[in-house]
This record gives sequence, structure tokens and C-alpha cells, in this order.
Amino acid sequence: MSVKLTEEMLKALPDAKGHFGAFGGRFVSETLMDSLMTLEREYLRLKDDPEFQATFDKDLADYVGRPSPLYFAERLTRETGGAQIWLKREDLNHTGAHKVNNTIGQALLASFLGKKRIIAETGAGQHGVATATVCARLGLECHVFMGSEDVKRQSLNVYRMKLLGATVHAVESGTKTLKDAMNDAMRDWVANVDETFYIIGTVAGPHPYPLLVRDFQSVIGRETRRQSLEKTGKLPDALVACVGGGSNAIGMFYPFLTDESVELYGVEAGGLGIETGQHAAPLCAGRPGVLHGNRTYLMEDENGQIAGTHSVSAGLDYPGVGPEHSWLKDIGRANYVSVTDEEALDGFRKLTRIEGIMPALESAHAVAYALKLAATMDKDQMLVINVSGRGDKDIHTIAQLDGIEI
Amino acid sequence: MSRIEGVLKSLKEQGRKALIPYITAGDPHPDQTVGLMHTLVAAGADIIELGVPFSDPMADGPVIQLACERALKFNTSLRDVLGMVKEFRKTDSDTPVVLMGYLNPMEAMGYEAFADAAADAGLDGVLTVDLPPEEADQVAPLFAERKLDPIFLLAPTTTDERIRAISEHSSGYVYYVSIKGVTGSATIDVDEVARKVAHVHELTALPVGVGFGIRDAETAAAVGRVSDGVIVGSVLVDTIARHQTDPDGLRKALTDLLHPMREALDSLS
Repeated sequence: MSVKLTEEMLKALPDAKGHFGAFGGRFVSETLMDSLMTLEREYLRLKDDPEFQATFDKDLADYVGRPSPLYFAERLTRETGGAQIWLKREDLNHTGAHKVNNTIGQALLASFLGKKRIIAETGAGQHGVATATVCARLGLECHVFMGSEDVKRQSLNVYRMKLLGATVHAVESGTKTLKDAMNDAMRDWVANVDETFYIIGTVAGPHPYPLLVRDFQSVIGRETRRQSLEKTGKLPDALVACVGGGSNAIGMFYPFLTDESVELYGVEAGGLGIETGQHAAPLCAGRPGVLHGNRTYLMEDENGQIAGTHSVSAGLDYPGVGPEHSWLKDIGRANYVSVTDEEALDGFRKLTRIEGIMPALESAHAVAYALKLAATMDKDQMLVINVSGRGDKDIHTIAQLDGIEI
Repeated sequence: MSRIEGVLKSLKEQGRKALIPYITAGDPHPDQTVGLMHTLVAAGADIIELGVPFSDPMADGPVIQLACERALKFNTSLRDVLGMVKEFRKTDSDTPVVLMGYLNPMEAMGYEAFADAAADAGLDGVLTVDLPPEEADQVAPLFAERKLDPIFLLAPTTTDERIRAISEHSSGYVYYVSIKGVTGSATIDVDEVARKVAHVHELTALPVGVGFGIRDAETAAAVGRVSDGVIVGSVLVDTIARHQTDPDGLRKALTDLLHPMREALDSLS
């Protein structure tokens, strides 16, 4: 059942308690409530503040290098047959992924709030690097929490963060991946709440994080909309983005939500296959629950214990998802699908060999699904893939799968 | 009057303070939990806080995280925990039991099914760490209908306005978190706690229990002097961890820890 969304409906969300329909909210221990309420109040004030917005826009232009190009993948289109495939090149941003759009925004908020100590969680390390980068630039103390499994998988990004001056805390509890990194970041935040700003990397977490991360990432969709009209005279017919927590996808989707003709596809990590249970696809195969401060689709067992996840891509290896995606799923505005590790690797290879663009393994999930989708579409239709990050960080993982030591 | 209110009222009349130990259900083994609850009562507990193990206990430090992991090795579920409460009630109809845990297991079970099973088990109160009153609209009426006391946290960062609002949503007692931090993490500043708790008392008529950072008779007495009860968790759970394979030694060690706290609290009256 799809609902026609209007600007008025969107303006009313999230509501005053941070809800997107049945999802979102603020489920945290009492110690954090005051900080979250202050952050909400300050953000709502600053988001319409011309000075704040001007600084944000200037940083995105001069430091991040925006706008990122919307590129017509001519050869890939020819090889695939079907819709014209366009790539939104978030991989060309400074630090190599869309994550920096959000860290610039949140670090700016931190400065306005006078907080000198920054913490962040990271999965693949892209958000950690993006946070360490803005902290280096602004002279802020930076602590990044990362599951010890991910520290191993993403050693290059760990070293990048250290070069940038951040302290990387390897998290040994639970499944030693992104969710546990987020647990430990929250624990640190509770203990240092007065002087610390927590830069959450995705559209999950307690209100107002899903709101402000979405707002900061929406630059992706706004540019895509404008570029699409400039280059083709029309809006795309389909947008495809990978979904772990869902920040690049919501950033791409949000400015198109009221454009009924634009189909939205969020691609989750199917891991070894949904039927094996070894995946990270809560929207495709989970159910609503409460984790990390919000109500959303989760992967959990019948007793409400959070389930372990599997994905070849560390950045998608998370049992939850942003609450706005849960809402978009339930109202039928966006489609959520999954591709397996193997399909994603195939997508990685195709984009690399056919277009000379090496996507992050996260983004390769979007590529893999988009190629299947494009083949079913007409030649005069247009599909945009959000290439949310570049693949350099994944070279070790891919070499290892190929049995090559580098 | 609920069992919690009754116990706290009678203690107050005697000029005594409540000793409220916390253990995680299912740790070190689900078969031991009911026995350990009786041990706590024999050692001087007035109310028991029974932790529901959760895979992602964000407000807890490493000691209670590990306890959750031990309990979850046996798949200790919320239903199992309520079964333990029911078993405990067969031989103890006086000591109030409060469940302490996170929202998701309750959400997975279903709020109404949980409230029914909790009432049937003889549970008295529910403290859900990641459920502030703002999000408690669904559970509040279910608890009220079954005379389950909703217990909420107050923190050093809680504003006066919120202290008043949270107290209005609470019954039984309010739980003042003495430190900014996770369970078992820091040493408390007794003077600061005394100041804050005195202030909380000005804003609410409910009894105030204080937890986080109470590890021995000395800190128990210092906090008991300014509050209505002390909650002791990580130090007990750590003791359980150290006696996992020795049930007799564990009972003795828990008793040896609680006894001096009981005496120290009673010497205040």
C-alpha cells in the first residue's frame, strides 16, 4: 500500500517526540535525556540560522568538494541493456565517502555547543575517518569506537584515523562489530556527557539524530535532483542506494519523497542469503523492536535478543536500520531488497572493469541490484545509483577472497 | 498499597534504610537464581532487583555485560526470568522483586503478555533502563491495571522539571543514578550525592533509592544516610563471576558482602 506523500506530511515528521509513524523516538537511559533535548533544541534553532547554513554550505563546497558529479555510465548502460545508468559520485568526496557530509554538519553543531571532545562509532571505518578528519581540522579531541573484528577487516582505515590524530578503541564485547561499537560509544557518552559530543554516523540512534543526519545527508538527493533536471530535463525513474543504517540512502531519497514517479530502492546486505539467516537485512527479514535509542526494524531472536549479523561489507553489518526507513517501508513509499555477498562482489568487479570506478563494498550492493533492475527497465528510463564510497579500503578483503596476499 | 510501598513504609517507620541487591537472572546458571534470591534475603535484602539479561546492555559496564553473556549462554529469556520470580514467590511472599532490564525483550514478548505473566508471577516493579516516561504511554496503563510499580531513573543530569514529571509517572520508589557513567564504573562523590538526593527529596514524596558505585559497608552507610535505600549491583555480580563453579562458596561470599552493609545501614537508625 503506497501513500501519496505531501510536503506538509513530511514537515510534520519526525513529530515532537522524534517519531516517524510507529518508529524512532528516544529510548535511552535518563543520564542522556538532557543532552539529547539540548541538542534537539539547538539544532532546531540552528537549522534555520543563516550563519550556520552558510558555514555548512561553504565547507561542503570548499572542503568536501561538492557538488559531487552525476555521471552517465555509458558503457555500463550499453553492457547492461535497459535503463540509462547514472552514478552519483559520493566516492569523490574528500575522505572517499558520503559520511563526511554528516560529520561536517555535526562537528559544526559541536562547535556551536562548545563541546571539545568528540566520540564516534564506526563499522567500515569510513565514518571514523570522516569524523577524525573534521576533528583534525577543527582541533577537537577525537575517540572512535570500532569492533575488534572490524579493526582487523579495515586496518587501512584504522591507520588513517590514527594518522589524523584520533584514538581508536577496539571493542571486544558482544559480536565485536558495529552494534557493539555503538554500545561502547553510548557508554563513553554517559560517562563524559558534559564535555562530549557524540557524532553518530548513521540515521539511527535516539531523536534528534535520525533527523539531523538525514538533513545533513540530503544534500546528496538535492544535488541529484538538480543535476538530473539540468542534464536530462527530467527526474530519474529509479534511485538505488545501499542500506546499512541507511544514511546515504535517506540522503538520496528524502528530496524525492513527494515525487511519486521516482521509485526508491534500498539495498540491504543479504550476506550468505536471507534463507541462511547469515545476513544483515532487518527491513527484508526482521521485525520492529528497540535498539540504540530508537524503535525500528531489527534482527533479533524470538526472545528479543539482538541477533548476530553477517555481511562481507563491514559498513552494512548492523542489525538495525534508521527509523525513517522503517516508516518508508511500512507506508510502501520505498522498496527494500537485498543482494548477497557474492552478488555485491560481482557488482564491484563490473563497475571496476566496465567504468574504471571502484566502489566500496557497501555501495557495490546498490550497484549489483541496480544492474538487475536496469535490465528490466526501458531504454528511455533513467536510474541513479548512489556510489556512496570508494573501494580502496576494501582491497584487502577482496584480495583475500581471491586468495591473494598483498 | 503495593508490596514495595509496604516494605518501604514499614522501614521508614522503624527509621531503617532499604538494602536492595541486584543480580542478573540466569547468572551463573538459571538453576541457581532462585536459590541466590533466597540467599540475598537471608543476608538482609529488603527488595531484590533482578536483572533481565540482554544482548546489548548499553547502560551497563563490563561486569554486568559479562553476566548477561553468561546468562544468555543458557538462553535465559524474559519468560524464564518471570518463571524464577514465580518459583521464588512460592516460599517468599514478603520480599518485593523488581525486574531491571532493557525494553526490547519486553517488546518482543508483547507488553500485555508480559504484564499478565508478571502479575501472575508475583512481580512487584519494573525498571526499564531505556524507557523514559515519554515513551511509556503503552506500558503505563497495563502496569497500573495489574498493580505493577513502574520505577524510573533519575540522573545527575536530570532537570528539576523532569524530576517532577518522572516522579509523577513512578510508584514504589525512584532510582537515583549516583554517577554519570555505566554500572560499576566510578567511585561516587558522597557529598555530591547527598546534595543531589536532598534536592530530589524536595521535589518528590516518593522514596529515593540510590545506586551505581556502592561497593561496601562504608559507601552503603554514607549513601544510606541521605536516601531511603541503597542498590548494590556490580560488586555482587563480580562476586558471582568469581565463584561461578562453587555454589556454596558463592552463597557464603554474597552473605559476607551483604551482612556488613546491612549492619552499617542499621547502625544509622
